[in-house]
Amino acid sequence: MTTLAFTSTLSRPERATAATVRGAVAGAGLLVTVVLIGVGAFLAVAGWPGLTASSSELPLGASNFWALAAPLVFGSVWSAVLAVLIAVPAAVGVALYVTWFAPRAVAGFLAALVDVLAAVPSVVYGLWGLMALAPGLAPVYAWLGEHLGWFPLFAGQPSATGRTIATGALVLAIMIMPIIAAMCREVFQRTPRASIEAAQGLGATRWEVIRLAVLPFARGGIICGAMLGLGRALGETMAIAMVVSPAPFLIGFSVITSANPNTVAAFIAQVFPEAHDVEVSALIGLGLAMFLITFIVNACARRVARIYGEPR
Amino acid sequence: MTDTTVTTAATPTVSSSRRLAIESMSAYYGDVQALADISLTIEPHTITAFIGPSGCGKSTLLRTINRMHETAPHAKVAGSIRLDGVDLYGANVDPVAVRRKIGMVFQRPNPFLTMSIRDNVLAGLKLQHRKVSKTHGDDITEMSLRAANLWDSVKDRLNKPGSSLSGGQQQRLCIARVIAVEPDVILMDEPCSALDPISTAAIEDLMINLRRDYTVVIVTHNMQQARRVSDRTAFFTVAGAGEPGRLIECGSTEQIFSHPVHQATADYVGGRFG
Ligand SMILES: Nc1ncnc2c1ncn2[C@@H]1O[C@H](COP(=O)(O)OP(=O)(O)OP(=O)(O)O)[C@@H](O)[C@H]1O
Ligand SMILES: [Mg+2]
Repeated sequence: MTTLAFTSTLSRPERATAATVRGAVAGAGLLVTVVLIGVGAFLAVAGWPGLTASSSELPLGASNFWALAAPLVFGSVWSAVLAVLIAVPAAVGVALYVTWFAPRAVAGFLAALVDVLAAVPSVVYGLWGLMALAPGLAPVYAWLGEHLGWFPLFAGQPSATGRTIATGALVLAIMIMPIIAAMCREVFQRTPRASIEAAQGLGATRWEVIRLAVLPFARGGIICGAMLGLGRALGETMAIAMVVSPAPFLIGFSVITSANPNTVAAFIAQVFPEAHDVEVSALIGLGLAMFLITFIVNACARRVARIYGEPR
Repeated sequence: MTDTTVTTAATPTVSSSRRLAIESMSAYYGDVQALADISLTIEPHTITAFIGPSGCGKSTLLRTINRMHETAPHAKVAGSIRLDGVDLYGANVDPVAVRRKIGMVFQRPNPFLTMSIRDNVLAGLKLQHRKVSKTHGDDITEMSLRAANLWDSVKDRLNKPGSSLSGGQQQRLCIARVIAVEPDVILMDEPCSALDPISTAAIEDLMINLRRDYTVVIVTHNMQQARRVSDRTAFFTVAGAGEPGRLIECGSTEQIFSHPVHQATADYVGGRFG
């Protein structure tokens, strides 16, 4: 047998370095997996008594764990989805304005301002939502209830305080908008110059350039940004806990009444300080539910991103 | 791969002559002057070739003609360009409208990759908000693709995306896209530099046919190509880095290549420069 000269040209120390890097990277991957499994296992074990608890042992006297969990999981997903629906168009608009329309100085200022929004602690947003936004929106809800009450979202008696899930979702939307806008700005700036010139050369106006060249390439990035925002909104506690006035066991789509679904995270934060015995297990069980929901939402998000993300 | 019969999308309605008069054009990128005082007439229904060493401002001049130059950051121009007497840099002229009249083919093929072949051809018309019925759209698609020597190879897959074509086909699609809007002038910036010899030959044939209906300006580094396809040639040069490009001479291609007035031109077209 002849030996071919295709052996590695790496020197011994280089090979050692490569092995170390490979090990470190694999280790990091392993660590993530172990932590995730560890957290999941803890939640399952510690939450188990709660999952099987009877009505007398559960918070709010829920008939069983699922009766407690289902409305809260619904509230979490519903408020997060509403927030994303509000935040994405706003973020795309801001990012388009910053990259394509604003004068240079204004663009820089606005981009910095959006980044500052991202750094404000959520308690501050919660306070603002409770003290300023909710009372400010109460008349709007009254108007919506009166004129658009036939529409399921605006059905029911409008809240007089404005502490509705719409207000909560709006606060959430303001909190997640900067992440989405940053992502959009990034992808808008990366539009291939050749595509932009193709559109301009055909006599496209600025808006038409955006439609022909910028958005088709940016779609994947916009969806990614929306998913990041959704994740953040699902896990957010304080904004909802402070702003929204919850009703127990409620699953409903009206967004302007004073009876609103609560979210898992807000409920845990509200009940945990007073909880004891099996109630604590039940709250941990709710944490497990949220943990699983996060996985499911992530899987769905990946699917959506794969189907719609490629430029078409 | 090339059609034998070539029909053109535009029935030649030569009402106006489509003559371009470039007068004392200077172009700047910020504080850097890229072109100095270019005056040059581009005759209608001819192919004019811009030649010259890299950096002499050929692309810049081409892009001042359809007002693409000003899309670069801090770009400015001084001077005027008249199309049939109308100043393209006049006070009430919308650059977008100019680009609809003066089509451009770029060095790298740049079809809209996410759009179908048919939609690519019709993209310019849609931008002009012209009402295009299904059959009329089909007709324009066919005529433009035929004029671009592309019809036979794509007629069975008009709904496939632009990205499904080879580089040479993509470039011809870009030419079809320009032809579809029936511009007055077609500008081509090194349209064959990314293509193989066969695609290049196909596009050269196409340019010669386009001359019947359009005023065509091409930029090329290929002396043989300039000789083969162009009627008139303009030679530009640049003294050094940071200096503006200047027009040395412009004349019939025959004259520029056989009896140039200036020694610099003779050196360049003869392959002796520096
Ligand atoms: N976007 C830009 N910003 C700043 N300077 C530029 C820009 N584009 C071109 N230039 C400068 O303008 C001068 C002319 O460039 P231009 O692209 O017109 O040359 P060219 O003759 O087309 O060259 P080539 O044959 O290499 O394509 C060069 O000095 C170049 O560096
Ligand atoms: Mg060039």
